[in-house]
Amino acid sequence: MNIPAELKYSKSHEWVKELEDGSVLVGITDYAQDALGDLVFITLPVVGDATTAEESFCDVESIKAVSDVICPVSGTIAEVNEGLADEPEKLNSEPYEAWIAKIENITDKGELLSADEYAAFLETCEEA
Amino acid sequence: MKLIFEQGGAGHCLSLLPECDVPVVRPSKVRAEKAPLPQVSETELVRHYRTLSKQVYGVNDGVYPLGSCTMKYNPKINEDMAALPGFTDVHPLQPDHTVQGCLGVLKEAETALCSITGMDRMTMQPAAGAHGEFTGLLLIKAYHRSRGDAARTKIIVPDSAHGTNPASAAMAGFTVVNIPSGPDGCVDVEALRKAVGPDTAGLMLTNPNTVGIFDKNILEITEIVHAAGGQCYYDGANLNAVMGVVRPGDMGFDVIHLNLHKTFSTPHGGGGPGSGPVGCKAHLAQFLPGPVVEAAGDGSLSLVQPEQSIGRVRTFQGNFLVAVRALCYLKTLGREGIPDASKHAVLNANYLMHLMKADYDMAYDVTCMHEFVMDLGHMKHETGVSAMDIAKGLLDLGIHPPTMYFPLIVHEALMVEPTETESKETLEEVAAIFHQLAVTAHTDPEALHNAPSKTPVSRLDEVAAARHPILRWS
Amino acid sequence: MGRYVPITPSEEREMLSAIGVDSLEALYESVPHDMLLKDGDLDLPAGKCELEVRADVTNLAEQNTRFRTVLRGAGAYRHFIPAAVGSVVRREELVTAYTPYQPEISQGILQSIFEYQTMICQLTGMDVSNASVYDGATAAAEATAMCKDRKRVKVYVSACVHPQVLEVVKTYSFGSNTDVIVVPAKDGRTDAEALTGLLGADAACFLLQQPNYFGQVENAEALGAIAHAAGAKFIMSVNPIAAALLPTPAECGADVAVGEGQPLGMPLSFGGPYLGFMAATNAMLRKLPGRIVGQTEDREGRRGYVLTLSAREQHIRREKASSNICSNEALCALTAAVYMAAMGPDGMEQAASLCTSKAHYLASQLQSEAKLPLLYEGEFFHEFVTACKPETAQAILDALEAKGILGGQPVEGGLLWCATELVTKTEMDQAISIVKEVCGQ
Repeated sequence: MNIPAELKYSKSHEWVKELEDGSVLVGITDYAQDALGDLVFITLPVVGDATTAEESFCDVESIKAVSDVICPVSGTIAEVNEGLADEPEKLNSEPYEAWIAKIENITDKGELLSADEYAAFLETCEEA
Repeated sequence: MKLIFEQGGAGHCLSLLPECDVPVVRPSKVRAEKAPLPQVSETELVRHYRTLSKQVYGVNDGVYPLGSCTMKYNPKINEDMAALPGFTDVHPLQPDHTVQGCLGVLKEAETALCSITGMDRMTMQPAAGAHGEFTGLLLIKAYHRSRGDAARTKIIVPDSAHGTNPASAAMAGFTVVNIPSGPDGCVDVEALRKAVGPDTAGLMLTNPNTVGIFDKNILEITEIVHAAGGQCYYDGANLNAVMGVVRPGDMGFDVIHLNLHKTFSTPHGGGGPGSGPVGCKAHLAQFLPGPVVEAAGDGSLSLVQPEQSIGRVRTFQGNFLVAVRALCYLKTLGREGIPDASKHAVLNANYLMHLMKADYDMAYDVTCMHEFVMDLGHMKHETGVSAMDIAKGLLDLGIHPPTMYFPLIVHEALMVEPTETESKETLEEVAAIFHQLAVTAHTDPEALHNAPSKTPVSRLDEVAAARHPILRWS
Repeated sequence: MGRYVPITPSEEREMLSAIGVDSLEALYESVPHDMLLKDGDLDLPAGKCELEVRADVTNLAEQNTRFRTVLRGAGAYRHFIPAAVGSVVRREELVTAYTPYQPEISQGILQSIFEYQTMICQLTGMDVSNASVYDGATAAAEATAMCKDRKRVKVYVSACVHPQVLEVVKTYSFGSNTDVIVVPAKDGRTDAEALTGLLGADAACFLLQQPNYFGQVENAEALGAIAHAAGAKFIMSVNPIAAALLPTPAECGADVAVGEGQPLGMPLSFGGPYLGFMAATNAMLRKLPGRIVGQTEDREGRRGYVLTLSAREQHIRREKASSNICSNEALCALTAAVYMAAMGPDGMEQAASLCTSKAHYLASQLQSEAKLPLLYEGEFFHEFVTACKPETAQAILDALEAKGILGGQPVEGGLLWCATELVTKTEMDQAISIVKEVCGQ
């Protein structure tokens, strides 16, 4: 399972990349895409909307299921990755390139794990 | 198979319409070009659809144990009667005195279905089960509103429910409260007790439920909801287990929908038309979609608007010809045949479950009603063969597979509903085929991963279809 | 009683014994005993054999009046139905199949729906179509729901749509707690000025019927432009026969096109089964309710069809689904497809042209011979309203009925007449002379 060291992670399997200007990019982890199976569509969040840490901010569809994506931070949607609307398969093939949204004006970060902590957390998931 | 657009061509056509016998008038503005529809001869047209119809599997082609769908035999007399010009050639806006036969069909069907369900009134307007759910929930909404009780905004739905239940509740403007099922697949009575309150508009329930079990606590359940001020909605999807045996009205339900295309033998047409009549107790009757059929003292029938109707849910009187077919079925079976059909549906399900137990785990190993759920979790763990693989294996052996991956509370579910119109011999053949597949799962799982191989196409790439949709020929 | 259960009493005993119970009733042990119906509780007549059922139901059918000539439409239209249509849609494998959940054995149905979707797009000019909904009214109601978002929440409906369509939209809106604003009519058509004035920043959509309930041809393009200028979506409910001739919804700028598909090969049948068709622009695709069939390939690369985009639907999205629709009107969609293929581009246009020509003849003769004035002066398609008092209207209808003719539908201000390709000049002349007599001309 690919877990890049420079990113932070949530227990609901989203990754967070902290940018220099204080904003963050958010996507789903390799583990998440593998568990969800072939994704066929993403309902992207809306630019300008407020997000709340640990609440759903968009959803992804596979053939047989729809799953909420949980926002790891509270803030405002600054940008969304429109390209994913046409190529949802990138969520599967390049999970750490396929950022979903850029979030700015961060007011709260939920519980974020380091790569090592996330790897350890995944092991407990496997056991359960 | 060629598409119809890939056949024929310019100049191919049928000769159908006469020359105009009055002066020709053209609209002042017309479309830029004619609709680019297919251009085929009658031979090409008929052969095309004949070819398509050979790649379809209906109840009349073979056994169809599709759980929750009640794929029973569709009697021929029903089709003959629905094709009578005295029904097909009647305009829906003809004056009442010229449609006494049609109103008679609706009234007779209503009366019979009310007897079977223990309801006081029924409308035939809803065109399908989900449409009926929406209608029934609006009756509940109108009822609470009429009492000035605007706080009742929540509908309780068990997690084993059909997806239409929560979707209908949301469409009717309610918030859905999901409650977990107990380990026996039935309503967790304590969870229900905690969920109800002054904001409860009602409960939606299927009984027997979606795992094929009659909820023995049903009276307690409906009492809890009533005591909290809510109404009880009965999803009639599984009525085939209990018609003429026990009535939803006696279980404490206030409003129900039926599926004439399941329980009452009308054909499903590859996805419709169905019919989803909604029945209710007297206290909800004034809210029914109008108009309803009323009889005058002299026996004449007319269409009358209920006092506080929620309004129409469909134009005219719904899928009328489906009601004609259901009425034929009701007349044929009558008071002895209706319970006899249900009892044999339950017998067939239990017999088939008994025959399959040796090879497959049952999700709930108790006497079932009209259907049962197998749990292939163990088989998948042992052999890698999933519920999907077994279903696809059945396609090669000439059986329509059971419902897959429903209810959601059983992970590798196959839900089997044989119906009463299958013979003992057919059930034994079905069990033998399932046995053969269970053996194959252990000896040659790869063969099942690759099934089907004898159908016109093999497994189709649903992921590609959804990622880059091609939804029309061009 | 009649019976479709093939189990004999001796087989029944063997089966019960295998299961380990001693009677059918014992299978219901989980049902509380005092709830079980006792003999005589079920208030139904005794069952009947096929011969008796046939006699009974035929007798009901014979109690209806079949009119030789039908000059009434108002949402349900008697058209010519080619023999090929009936022969195809009576095929029992098509009639008795379930929804195509198993694509490998359902390619016939799936391909027929894919072809239907294509033909609906060809007829309306729109980009995408779903596999059908219940009828034209529910299609209109579902279309209004497609257009709403968090900020745009109000639905505007022309006063000239079919009154039952308006009623269904209102019922659905009672469910979703949506405000419905009726845009008034002026001279039998939608009042464009009123529409401009009414549309606000919270307008989700404007629903127009073409031709409208009174048969009038609306200036759809201009009304659509007004809706778009206010940021609202434009929904057109079209008659599919008229659509073969009039500018398409796409040409008029519609975001969603819906309609009652009954004229496409379905008999009147006292109101159903009918067909709701729905088509939309690509931008609205994900909002379309109900089933949609898509093309794909099997493992050997052969072309095939599947139900697709299912994650929009109730069985997956549950309470978050935008619609609850499950069963639709598949066999009616097939009927419409066979009808359109049989008629072809020329036949469809010819049917439309015959309808409008005959309606104009009927209207002109009612005016000149029977001195019944038209209530509205605007251009009409195959329906029109003649002005008369309710008593006169009733007298006309009674006199026509006595001769086997169904006259126009009573509406406010007069009678709403319709002519299709099925009525001949001779039939119309007879009707006109009867009306003339009633009106004392």
